[in-house]
Amino acid sequence: MNTVTDVITQPAFPAITGQRDTMAVTKLDTPLEKTVGNPFVEKPRMTCRDVFVHYGESCAIKDVSIDVAGNEVLAMIGPSGCGKSTFLRCLNRMNDTVSSCRVSGEIRLDDMNIYDASVDVVPLRARVGMVFQKPNPFPKSIYDNIAYGPKIHGLTRNKAELDEVVETSLKKAGLWTEVKDRLAEPGTGLSGGQQQRLCIARAIAVSPEVILMDEPCSALDPIATAKIEELIAELRTQYSIVIVTHAMQQASRVSQRTAYFHLGNLVEVGATEHIFTNPKHRLTEDYITGRFG
Amino acid sequence: MNSDNHRTIIPATALDKSASGFSVAFNKRLQRRYRAEQRFKWLGIAAIFSALAFLAFLLTTVIGDGASAFRQTVIQLEISFDKEEFTQEDLLQADYQRLVKTALSERFPEVAGRQDKRLLYDLVSSGASYKLLNMVRDNPKLIGSRQTIWVPANDDVDMLIKGKIDMDQPEGNRRIKDRQFQWISSIREAGQVELRFNRAFFTNGDSREPELAGIRGAIKGSFYTLLITLLLSFPIGVAAAIYLEEFAPDNRFTAFIEVNINNLAAVPSIIFGLLGLAIFINFWGVPRSTPLVGGLVLTLMTLPTIIIAARASLKSVPPSIREAALGVGASKIQTVFHHVLPLALPGMLTGTIIGMAQALGETAPLLMIGMVAFIVDVPGSITDPAAALPVQIYLWADSPERAFTEKTSAAIMVLLGFLVIMNALAVFMRKKFEITW
Repeated sequence: MNTVTDVITQPAFPAITGQRDTMAVTKLDTPLEKTVGNPFVEKPRMTCRDVFVHYGESCAIKDVSIDVAGNEVLAMIGPSGCGKSTFLRCLNRMNDTVSSCRVSGEIRLDDMNIYDASVDVVPLRARVGMVFQKPNPFPKSIYDNIAYGPKIHGLTRNKAELDEVVETSLKKAGLWTEVKDRLAEPGTGLSGGQQQRLCIARAIAVSPEVILMDEPCSALDPIATAKIEELIAELRTQYSIVIVTHAMQQASRVSQRTAYFHLGNLVEVGATEHIFTNPKHRLTEDYITGRFG
Repeated sequence: MNSDNHRTIIPATALDKSASGFSVAFNKRLQRRYRAEQRFKWLGIAAIFSALAFLAFLLTTVIGDGASAFRQTVIQLEISFDKEEFTQEDLLQADYQRLVKTALSERFPEVAGRQDKRLLYDLVSSGASYKLLNMVRDNPKLIGSRQTIWVPANDDVDMLIKGKIDMDQPEGNRRIKDRQFQWISSIREAGQVELRFNRAFFTNGDSREPELAGIRGAIKGSFYTLLITLLLSFPIGVAAAIYLEEFAPDNRFTAFIEVNINNLAAVPSIIFGLLGLAIFINFWGVPRSTPLVGGLVLTLMTLPTIIIAARASLKSVPPSIREAALGVGASKIQTVFHHVLPLALPGMLTGTIIGMAQALGETAPLLMIGMVAFIVDVPGSITDPAAALPVQIYLWADSPERAFTEKTSAAIMVLLGFLVIMNALAVFMRKKFEITW
C-alpha cells in the first residue's frame, strides 16, 4: 500500500514517458497518443508493455503500457468503445474465447509472461479472478457457487476445509450474515447486489492475487453500489483490483490510480485525485468535465 | 373483448382540427389502423378454428372407424373334448378343427350338404381351434368333458354384428349369405353371440385373418427400432452439437458442415431408406426387415433434427455462464460439462423426443429396407424380422377385407396415442429439468 502512495506522489518521472519508442504502426484509425502521466510503479504486481489488441483487421488497443501495483485499486475510465474492457480482459486472457482476437506485446504477472505459449490459462485465471458487468451466478446453490472454484482446482482436502473456504469467502464479500442460513438455496434467487457480491466471493474463493472488475455496479441500484464500493475498499488490503467503470464518481471514490482510455489509446494515467482535479491532457479534461463520453 | 380496440375515435369533421386536437387526416389514419388490427385478429381466429375443424374431422373419422376394432364378436359353442380325438401321443396333434365343426353341426343338425356345411363352418374363426389347443395344453383333464366355450367369430360375422354389412344388398354382393344370416340370427336370439374386448388385437402379431390380426408385433418392432435410433442418435447428435457449438473453430469447413446438416434435415426420408438398403443391407450385410437396420436408417434421418435442436439449446445458454466458469479457472471441457450442458439438456431432450416421434411415424424408409414384409411372429430381439406401427397401418390399409378398415383406424389410434405420450413426455421433461436463472 505504501509503495502505491509513494509512487503516485512522486513527481520525479517526466510527464511523458520517454523510455519506449513508438512502434511503427500503419493500420491505425487515430494517431498514436503518448500516454500522459506515469503508468509505472515501483513494485508492480502486473506489468503490461506495448500491448496491442486486434479484432480481425481493426485495432482495439494501441500500444498500451501500464503497471498494476500490489494492494491498489486501479480504475480504468473512458467513453464507450474506448477499449478499456478489452484491455481488462487481456489481463486474465478472457479474450482467448474470442477467435478473431489477437494480443501482442507483453503482459507479466509477477515474472510470468501470461501470453507465453507455455502458460496454462486455467491456473492463470485462478490467480487473476474476474467479476463481470452483469451478476452471473451459476444456476446452482449459493454454496456450490463458491465451492465450485476450490473444487476444480483441488484447493481443499475435505468437506470441512471447503466449508471453511465458503464461509471466509462469503465473509470477505460481506454476504455471510445475509445468506448463512440459506446456503442451499439457488444463488440466482438473491437480489442483484447480493448476486454481484456472491460473484465477488466466488472470485475470492480461489485465492487470486488480482481481481478484475468489469463495470461491476452498472446493473445495480445506488445502495447495492455503495455496498460493493465499500467491499472494494476492504478487498484492496489483500488483493490488487483493476476496475473498469463508467461512473466517474465511482472511480474517484474507490481507486488510488486512474487510467483514461480513448479510442484504444491510454491517454493519461495518474493518481486519482490528480486526474479528477487537474487532468493534464485535453481529452481527459473534456471527458471528466462531461464535454463528451 | 379488448376495450382498447373499441376506443372511441373522434369522428372526422370538415374542420381541419377535430375536438381532440388532431387533424382529420390523422384520425382517419388512426381508424384505418384499428380496422387493420381487427381484420388481422379475425383472420387469426378463423385460421385457428379451421385448423381445429380439420383436426376434429380427422379424429372423429379415425375414432369412428376404429373404435369398434377394440371389440370382437365371440360365439358360444358347446365343445365336447371327445376321447377318441386324442388318441395320439402328442395332444397338440389332435384335430381341433373337427371339434369345432362337430360342435357347429350339433348346434345346427338340420344343415346338410357340402356347401351348406362349409358356410356353417365359416361362421367361426380359424382361431377357435388354436383356442381349444391352448386350453387342452394348459389343462389336459378337459379331455372327455363337455365345455361351453366362447370362440372368436369369423371377420364377416363380426362385421355383421357390428352393423357394417348391409343385408339389403343382393345376396351375391354380400359376404354373409342368407342362410348364414338365419343361423346367426338364431344363435343371437339364444344369447350365444357377444361383443367382447378384443384382447387378440393387443397380444397377436399380424395375420391374414382380420379377427386374429394384432399390433403387438408392430408395437414391439417399433419399440426396438426406436430403441436403436435413440441409443445411436442421442449420443452422436449431442456430441456433434457440442463439438460444433463449443469447440469447432469458426472456418469454412465448419460452415460447410453446418449447411450440410441443415440440408440433411430436409432430405426426403425415402432417400435415407435407399441409402440404408445400399449401405447397411447390401454392403454391411445387416439382416433386412429387422429393427436393427430400421434403427440405423432412422438414426440417419433423426440425427440432423437432434443436432439442430441441441445446437439451438446450447446457443440459448447465456454466454455469461460460460464467462463465469472460465473466470474462476474452469477448463473449456469443465465449462461445457459442468455448466452449459445441464442448462441445455432440457432443450436437447425435447428435440430428441420430437425427433423420436418423427421417427416413430416414419414409413417410407422402412419400406425400402424390407420392414413391409408380412410378419406374423412377434419379434423377440433386434435381429428378428419385424413390422413397425406405421408400416402395419400401411399394410392393413392395403388389405381387401372389410374388417381390416377398422383395424387400420385402430392402429392409427394406437400410433397417435404413442405420439401424444411422447410429446407429453417432452413437455414434462422440459418442465422438470428446466433451470431458471
